[in-house]
Amino acid sequence: MKAGVVVFPGSNCDHDAHYAVTQNVGAQAALLWHQESTIPSDIDVVILPGGFSYGDYLRCGAIAKFSPIIGAVKKFADAGGLVMGFCNGFQILTECGLLPGALIRNNGLKFRCHPVSLRVETTNTPFTNAAEKGQILSIPIAHGEGCYTAEPHVLDQLEAEDRVVFRYVQNPNGSLRDIAGICNAGRNVLGMMPHPERATDPLMGSTDGLFVFRSLLSALVAK
Amino acid sequence: MSTITPEVVAAHSLTPDEYQKILSLLGREPSLTELGIFSVMWSEHCSYKSSKVHLKKLPTRSQLVLLGPGENAGIIDIGKGYGIAFKIESHNHPSFIEPFQGAATGVGGILRDIFTMGARPIAVLDSIRFGPLDDPQTGARNRRILEGVVSGIAHYGNCFGVPTVGGECVFHKSYDGNPLVNVFALGVIPKDKIFFGRAEGIGNPVIYVGAKTGRDGIHGATMASDEFTEESKQKRPNVQMGDPFLEKLLLEACLEAMYTGAVVGIQDMGAAGLTCSTCEMGSRAGTGVEIDLKYVPQRETGMSPYEIMLSESQERMLLVAEKGREQEIFDVFNKWGLDSATIGFVTDDGMLRVRDHGVLVAEINNRDLADEAPIYNRPHTKPHRNVPMEAPAFASADLKADLIQLLTSGDLCSKKWIYEQYDSMVRTNTLSGPGGDAAIVRVKETGTSVAISLDGNGRYCYLDPREGAKLVVAEACRNVSTVGALPVAATNNLNFGNPQRPEIMAQLVEAIEGMADACLHFETPITGGNVSLYNETLGEGILPTPVMGIVGLMPTQAPVPSRFQNEDRTVMLLGGIGNTDEVHFGGTQYAHVLLKQMWGLPPALDMAFEKNVHAAIRELVGAGLVESAHDLSDGGFAVALAEASFDGIGATVTLPGSSLRPELLLFHEGPSRILVSTNSPEEVSKLADKHGVPAVIIGTTVKGQVVIEGYLRAAVEELHQPWATALESALHA
Repeated sequence: MKAGVVVFPGSNCDHDAHYAVTQNVGAQAALLWHQESTIPSDIDVVILPGGFSYGDYLRCGAIAKFSPIIGAVKKFADAGGLVMGFCNGFQILTECGLLPGALIRNNGLKFRCHPVSLRVETTNTPFTNAAEKGQILSIPIAHGEGCYTAEPHVLDQLEAEDRVVFRYVQNPNGSLRDIAGICNAGRNVLGMMPHPERATDPLMGSTDGLFVFRSLLSALVAK
Repeated sequence: MSTITPEVVAAHSLTPDEYQKILSLLGREPSLTELGIFSVMWSEHCSYKSSKVHLKKLPTRSQLVLLGPGENAGIIDIGKGYGIAFKIESHNHPSFIEPFQGAATGVGGILRDIFTMGARPIAVLDSIRFGPLDDPQTGARNRRILEGVVSGIAHYGNCFGVPTVGGECVFHKSYDGNPLVNVFALGVIPKDKIFFGRAEGIGNPVIYVGAKTGRDGIHGATMASDEFTEESKQKRPNVQMGDPFLEKLLLEACLEAMYTGAVVGIQDMGAAGLTCSTCEMGSRAGTGVEIDLKYVPQRETGMSPYEIMLSESQERMLLVAEKGREQEIFDVFNKWGLDSATIGFVTDDGMLRVRDHGVLVAEINNRDLADEAPIYNRPHTKPHRNVPMEAPAFASADLKADLIQLLTSGDLCSKKWIYEQYDSMVRTNTLSGPGGDAAIVRVKETGTSVAISLDGNGRYCYLDPREGAKLVVAEACRNVSTVGALPVAATNNLNFGNPQRPEIMAQLVEAIEGMADACLHFETPITGGNVSLYNETLGEGILPTPVMGIVGLMPTQAPVPSRFQNEDRTVMLLGGIGNTDEVHFGGTQYAHVLLKQMWGLPPALDMAFEKNVHAAIRELVGAGLVESAHDLSDGGFAVALAEASFDGIGATVTLPGSSLRPELLLFHEGPSRILVSTNSPEEVSKLADKHGVPAVIIGTTVKGQVVIEGYLRAAVEELHQPWATALESALHA
């Protein structure tokens, strides 16, 4: 597996995702600069990392969606390529329309950083096939704008189509229906607010993030 | 008629004598721009004129010190070709005037000091102090300041992408009108790629990079060197505005530019902005610097040379490049979308020459600005103190109620509400984050780890600045040792009142001397730091508050928790229960919180014994003989025992026979003590004995209970719940 980690100006979990993939997952990774307009052909999965792309001043991810690389990521996703957005990456995926809904300010109005318990709601995705349905994973969050919001009919549809991938056991930010992560209709694009790359090493307190990466590995083998 | 009247001189916070010195150095009257330049460079903040003679007493060297004080940050060797650069700096005055931006730019400033050296920042810690949150008069303002400071730190650090891994938050009436915001940052640097703030190579271009210059922060350094008065609130425009996104780009661009090999020297524009960076870089290299302000990127029109030279706009750097390789630098900054422009060149005559569209507006010898500031050996008498030596009469009615009151007090309650707003994990190096005795971050490049503790204690230092400062160093070293690290270096932030008052100057002098003794003893040379004076509002000084940042080295391993982990383990007190008397009880949290008084002296410290305790706990942790380790400090034994129980496993203990009255026995703050739990008590005793340290067996861990036989018993939840919620309740009172 080779992951392409997108680097926007202001990305700050790009190195962490790269490190997790290469050191803790044992796969390959490359950094993709935001000005590039194609995804290299050897990339199996694109990661949109956490951080504050373009400073996130207007609205999280609102400027990132206009960058050349996002055009390429959309094409890549439309062709069935695997895409994961963590934290700011999730915000960008909703802004650019690859995923429905929006991430708004936490209901407590504060940035929150701590481990949370996540429940795996479906294993029918390339990102969770190595986990058990209902399994509880401990993975940290670190965000100020992680409250997932969408129209009720969108939420109903996500649930009906088994596209809610993770739910918070204890909702930290007011996300509707405790949603922490979702996938697209094609099930090849995942967005989640928690940071699986931060839970890939026992020294960091949890290795539960590895379930996401191991799932990818087996999905790619199956492909 | 001269434009430089005595009023103009005074408005620049220069004394008549200082102005005379300027006249004789220049051999003529300065222009207004030149006067402005002198005033910021000769301010207390930039020149250390009141503290310099005493700072020389501090130890600054060891085999590990690669770079001591004098540059933007000190550097120590951590092996395998890498060093760590670290420093602490204050942003006290700006944080009072505008808490959010004041604290945010405090973080921004210290981060630039670190990456200016070529180091990538990997950790930030903050030591913050405020007036009491529940004060009927000032509580509301104090709460607002705290919330602003915390949001400012969070905003800047989180966006920049550096984890905030620890610190301290303390309250006292004396910080009412004068909060303290001290920020520590640490970065990793390859030993062969250290950059200096030196303008070397005659004819080399001087390049300005980063944010454009605006009118913000003009005279920030001079403001930071004044006492506060009612008019201070009018100084809001003096506080700079921070942009962490820009700083993140600046970090990446600077490190990439350094990597090209075209950078000769580099310095951030912090206090005193363009003025300080030009003259200091020239002075250090023994060269001159000539610039023309028309090339300086500006975000406002019509700025005067005075304003451009004194602006403290954030996120700017000055660098000197190898002549002919400018384009390589420009390319890197273009890639990151940042301004870069050649604004001048290095000369051979040692002068700072500033032109505005070719017209000379300032011409001053770099050394006169950077090194010739007046140095004062200010008179100092007996340190100021206004409390008795003798203890008042007191008697506890209920020791358990006392303990709960201590656990819910500002200094001791959980700071989770604060630190959960900080990204403490970004960069995936945080082995032990906020809430422990010391923070631990791993260094991926070397496979080893660094432990860091920030500590201060204004009450101890008020009662005895010399002994108080020693206790602060001892505690920070104890914290670092308790997690298993060897303390190797220090950085200090000296927060004091007005040095022109001899009794305040005496506090500063004695604290520095005590700190020097302790740093020598604990082998933690001071590689840099910051002095913040004039921390007074309306003539009321703060408690003398030297804050120490101690850095320790250790192997990368799973951290030893500070809380009990399993039932049926032996609980031991390394260092023994200690001894004290009522006089040495007057600086404790018990005296402060329950009796609302201060008297006597700080706890007595035996530095030789303390160091043995450090060696013992380090070896115990390294050998994996203890399951938990937590040092005793504020609130003494009972508070440490309660804190160690907060994962739900408590303990039943019996304290050895002691003649101490119950309040002293449970709550005295004698140093050199660490609470551990273990499965191998004999081995712990044997190893401690080797270091000449008693390891007293006091009891056993049990589920859900905290029992000190004969004194108090409580369910863990009775103690934990009030401790966990106190800060949030106080803030939303």
